[in-house]
Amino acid sequence: MSVFIDKDTRLIVQGITGRDGSFHAKQMMEYGTQVVAGVTPGKGGQKFEGSVPVFNTVEEAVKETGANTSVIYVPPPFAADAMMEAAAAGVQFVVCITEGVPVIDMLKVRPYVIERGARLLGPNCPGAITPGQSKVGIIPGRICTPGNVGVVSRSGTLTYEVVNHLTKAGLGQSTCVGIGGDPINGTGFIDVLQAFENDPDTKVVAMMGEIGGTDEQDAAAFIKEKMTKPVVGFIAGQTAPPGRRMGHAGAIISGSSGTAAEKIDAFKAAGMGVAQRPIDFVELVRERLS
Amino acid sequence: MNIHEYQAKDVLRRYGVPIPPGEVATTPDEAEAIARRVGKPVMVKAQVHVGGRGKAGGVKFCPTPEAAREKATAILGMDIKGLTVEKVLVTEAADIGTEAYVGIIVDRATKKAVFMVSAAGGIDIEEVAATTPEKIKYFPVDPRFGLLPFEAQQLGFFLYQDAKQARAAGKIMQQLYTAFVENGCSLAEINPLVVTPAGEVIAVDAKMVIDDNELERRKDLEALRDESSEAPSEVDARNANLTFIKLDGNVGCIVNGAGLAMATMDLVKFYGGEPANFLDIGGSSNPEKVVNALRIITADENVKAILFNIFGGITRTDDVANGIVTATKQNPLKVPIVIRLTGTNEEIAVKILSDNGFTALTDMDEAVKKAVQLATEGGK
Repeated sequence: MSVFIDKDTRLIVQGITGRDGSFHAKQMMEYGTQVVAGVTPGKGGQKFEGSVPVFNTVEEAVKETGANTSVIYVPPPFAADAMMEAAAAGVQFVVCITEGVPVIDMLKVRPYVIERGARLLGPNCPGAITPGQSKVGIIPGRICTPGNVGVVSRSGTLTYEVVNHLTKAGLGQSTCVGIGGDPINGTGFIDVLQAFENDPDTKVVAMMGEIGGTDEQDAAAFIKEKMTKPVVGFIAGQTAPPGRRMGHAGAIISGSSGTAAEKIDAFKAAGMGVAQRPIDFVELVRERLS
Repeated sequence: MNIHEYQAKDVLRRYGVPIPPGEVATTPDEAEAIARRVGKPVMVKAQVHVGGRGKAGGVKFCPTPEAAREKATAILGMDIKGLTVEKVLVTEAADIGTEAYVGIIVDRATKKAVFMVSAAGGIDIEEVAATTPEKIKYFPVDPRFGLLPFEAQQLGFFLYQDAKQARAAGKIMQQLYTAFVENGCSLAEINPLVVTPAGEVIAVDAKMVIDDNELERRKDLEALRDESSEAPSEVDARNANLTFIKLDGNVGCIVNGAGLAMATMDLVKFYGGEPANFLDIGGSSNPEKVVNALRIITADENVKAILFNIFGGITRTDDVANGIVTATKQNPLKVPIVIRLTGTNEEIAVKILSDNGFTALTDMDEAVKKAVQLATEGGK
C-alpha cells in the first residue's frame, strides 16, 4: 500500500515535448512509472521516445490509454488551463509541477477540480513518489527506498535533504508527497495526513512545514484529534524576517502571524516530535518506529 | 509587489471608484503647482512602501499652495522606517465624516478571495481584528460569479444605515473586486472609505499588492515597480532571476530551493552564526546564475564567509561547480568559501572543484558548522 500513487498508476505527461516535460518523462520511465501517454496540443500522433503516444488533448489520452493520473510541466500562463483540462477529462489525480502560477488563476482552478472529483497536488510542487513503484514529478528516485515512513512537505530540496538522511539511516518511505509552496494549492497537509493515517504501510509520518499561513497549526490540531500514528515535524524559516516572501509565494510572515515559533508551539502542543535540524528526523522517526 | 498609494488610486479610478483628485510630485515646486491646480486645501502624503506614514510625520494637511511647498520640502528626502521618501502625493483634503475599512485578501485558510469590511476604519485593521473582531465582517467571494449586487449591498448595509450610502459603498466594493481580479492582486484595500459631511462615499487612501506571479504576463503591472524603494542588491538579484533577501548576518548563503534555503539559514543560526541573506538559485541552475549569485553576495561587506548548499535534483551540481570556478576566476574571493553539494552529477562536480583547488563537502551540518566558524574568525 501507499498513498495517491502505486505500481498501477497510469500516467499522462502534459507538456511531454517541452524541455522540462521530456527530461522528467524519461526520468519517470527509467524509474519504472507507467507513462502511458503524453499531451502536447498540435503534436498528436507522434511517439515520445519511440513508445509513448502523444495526443492533442487530455480527453483523447484518457480515452485511448485508460490513464488515471496526470503530471503537468507546462509554463505558468497555461498551467491553470492544463489542470482544469485534466480534471474535466476524468483524471483522478492531477499533479502540477509548474512554479509561478498566478494566485488569481488558482482561486478558480481549485473549486473546478474539486467539483469534478479529482485530487490536485500542487502547483509549485515536486510531486510524489512511492519508492520502488511509481514516481510522478521530480523527486530524485535514487535518494528514496521503500519502507514505512510517510513524508509530506511544502518544499522540494528540503524534502530531498530529509529523505536522503532517512534512506541513509535505513528508514525507508511508504510515499513522499510534496504539497508545494503556494498559498492556494490543491492538497494540503491534512489531506495527506489523513491518507497516511489510512495507509497500512505507513507507521510514522515526517512532516516539513515552513513559515506563512496556518496550515501547520491546523495540521497539528488534526494530528492531535484524529491521528493514531506518530508525526515528527520541522519548520523552515526560523530566521526569516517578517513581511518578506522567502522564495515560495506562501512563505511569508504577515504581521505577527505565520511565524516558525507559532507553528513549532502548535506541534509541541499536539505532542509531536519536533526536529530542530533536518538530520534530527532520523532519531525522532526511529524512536517512533520501534 | 507593493505599489504606491498614488498608483493604486490611479488603478481604482479606472474602475470608477470615487477618489479625490491628486497628483504625484518629486519636488516642492511640483507640489505647490499641483496644490494650485487642485484649488482647495490639500494633503501632502509620503509615498513609501511602509505603514504608519502619518505617525512618522509623512502625511500633512496644507491649507495653501505655499504650505504644500513647505510640507513637501520637509517630507521629500525624509526617512521613514529606513526608506527615503522620493515622491509625495498631493491630493485634495477630503472633509471626513466617518471612516470605514474595505479590503480583499487571498485567504489561505478558505482558499478564496475574502472581503473584510468594518465600520471601524482609518486605523490598522489587524488591530481591530485583534481587539474587537466582532466589528469586522468577512465575506468569501465565489470566483465564478464575483461579488454579486445583493452581496455588495449586504456588505454596504453592514457599514451604513443610510440606503444611499450603503448602495454607494456596495458599488465601490464591486469595483474594488473587479480591480483586484483584473490586476492579479493578493491584497486590495481602501482605508479609510469616507462618508463626507455632504453624504458622499469616497476612497481617501488605497493600497494594492500585486501577486508576483502575475508580473510575468502583465508587463503593464511590472512597470509600476518602484526600484528606488528596494535594496539595490535585491533589484540586481531579481534582474538575474534569483530570489534574494538581504539580512544582517555575516554568513552568505547560496542554496537551491526555498525550503532548503530557509533551513540552511536556520542551521547557521543553530550553530551560533547569523545568515547574511536568503538566496535561492532556483531549480534548473546554469553556471551564469551561480556567477551572479556570487557577485551579489560578495558585494555585501558584512559577509565574512560564503556557504554553498546544493542538493541536486533538477539542479545539476556540475553546473554549480562550473559556475563557482568561472566566478572566482573572474573575481577572486576575498573571503573563505565552504561548498556542500550532493545529488545529480555529484562525482563530476567534486572533480571539477578539486581540479580547481576547492574542497567539496557532502554533509550539510558539517558545511554549516565550518562556514560559521570561518565567518566568526574572519569577523575578528
